[in-house]
Amino acid sequence: MYIDPHAHMISRTTDDYEAMAAAGIVALIEPAFWVGQPRTFVGTYVDYLSSIVGWERFRAGQFGIRHYCTVGLNSKEANNEELAEGVMEWLPRFALKEGVVAIGEIGYDEQTELEDKYFRAQLALARDLQLPVMVHTPHRDKKRGTSRSMDVCEEMGIDPSWVVIDHNNEETVAETLDRGYWAGFSIYPSTKMGNARMVELLKQYGGDRIIVDSACDWGISDCLGVAKTAQLARQHGIDEDIIHKVTYANALEVYGKSGQIRDSDWLDPPGIDQRTLFEGNSILRGGREPRIETLGAQSGDSLLIE
Amino acid sequence: MTIAPIDLLSEWILRQAGDKGAWFMSQLHSMSKGASEQELHIFMGLIPRMLGKQDLVLTPADCQQAEQVCTGWRPQGWSMDGGARVAALVAYQGTRPFAETFKDLRRTADAGEMIALYRGLSLYPEPESLAFEVGEGLRSNMRAVFEAIAHNNPYPRDRFDEHRWNHMVLKALFVGSRLSPIMGIDERANPELARILLDYAHERWAAGRAVSPELWRCVGPFIDSLGALDDMQRVLAGTEVERRAAVLALSASSSAQARSLLDTSPEAARLVGEGRVDWNNLLQGEAA
Repeated sequence: MYIDPHAHMISRTTDDYEAMAAAGIVALIEPAFWVGQPRTFVGTYVDYLSSIVGWERFRAGQFGIRHYCTVGLNSKEANNEELAEGVMEWLPRFALKEGVVAIGEIGYDEQTELEDKYFRAQLALARDLQLPVMVHTPHRDKKRGTSRSMDVCEEMGIDPSWVVIDHNNEETVAETLDRGYWAGFSIYPSTKMGNARMVELLKQYGGDRIIVDSACDWGISDCLGVAKTAQLARQHGIDEDIIHKVTYANALEVYGKSGQIRDSDWLDPPGIDQRTLFEGNSILRGGREPRIETLGAQSGDSLLIE
Repeated sequence: MTIAPIDLLSEWILRQAGDKGAWFMSQLHSMSKGASEQELHIFMGLIPRMLGKQDLVLTPADCQQAEQVCTGWRPQGWSMDGGARVAALVAYQGTRPFAETFKDLRRTADAGEMIALYRGLSLYPEPESLAFEVGEGLRSNMRAVFEAIAHNNPYPRDRFDEHRWNHMVLKALFVGSRLSPIMGIDERANPELARILLDYAHERWAAGRAVSPELWRCVGPFIDSLGALDDMQRVLAGTEVERRAAVLALSASSSAQARSLLDTSPEAARLVGEGRVDWNNLLQGEAA
């Protein structure tokens, strides 16, 4: 069983859901994000948030995958002040919806003043509502942006054990872990993290407070990033306990602080959900073997995400 | 003292709420005493966190009482959070027209909330003002949201015009849902619906697909006027369940031709005649 704690399923097809379910993904978290182009009305942002708390959750349930989300104003769109003000008014309502496990993904893109303003405002919201935080770290000027994100979290009085700093790499991980944060790694081809590199990091750092995700979205990305990384780690002799932590248990622990995600959601779902919103998991019912196992057995190379 | 739906809902929820019962009742009280819409939204959001999502445990006596206080109210299958959310909305005394309050809740609802909002339709004030909101729910691709309106809910039977009614029934078949939980399915049968469903069956057959045996329930009373005897002959020649459905449909017709068709399936006709097969148990394999 795996959890993919960062997957933008609104941009993905049903084939992906099927592949993820077959690969052993039982739950995933869809962070609110930038959909590839800017939204120009508050209303379209509201409908987007409504989609990820409602419709996408239902869609995932049809494939036996439990869907959770984080809500927030992403750093790019924080630069449109009129939009940002409007979204901030609606956010508290969405933050209390079922299955919302954090405020996120929030943080910096170009590290502008407006990004800083709305990052802080959303950290205050997370603090007031007692929700975990998912921090998106910038692609550019990454190392400094990551340090600064943690500085601001602390200035706003957020406990680092409630914060996932995502999109880490070899340069940022040591500081993230040293300061007591959870370190997310997005196995995303070309721009973020490859899974062979990830396996090396697991050898070096072990599994404590490390979280692997796919961050799959509208770009060239792999929705099987978590499952493939687990399998590759297994082939390289990484301890099963470490693999379990970084592909399942750690995400469950930190996002579980919201009270909105627990393993009984997929292991023993409430009757109302089984009747209405969740088709159940064929893997848990002893149906199919996870497809990723056979993929790895055929060719080690096909597991690689570089 | 007259018992209102909110009294029953509160009683059922309190039974299972444990030490959260006091919180629920005080919130409910403030909803009726000028709470703002923002407070309503927060209450709705906190309900599953505080009360959980387990099923409401209802006795047959509870369900009878529900029917007495509100004709057609069927709370069977409701959950704690769903019931509590309906109670919150029933209790809420706002300053805006009810449909506007409802619209804002619906626009930002998660799936569980959406189901609860629509299940409570028959209990809300100004039910006739919710026509647009109900239309939005019927158009939903979330089958459970559609069924929250269509199934075990008297609102469609009591409020829908014929066009909306007919399209709800057709959509139920189209999305693979059931007809027997639709309240008023027989009393609201009409020739236009029968024609639409017969066309739908022909379209499915032309594509080499099966149709739900339940479809014939709404065609039965109009077999003769639609000239559908040949179609019924085809259904009679199908699976055992289809044969029984055809017999049930033909039993709704009084023509001699229909009766002579019935004579070709004496065994199914006997089961129907003895009341052992009916539309409600047709798909459940309960018959002998």
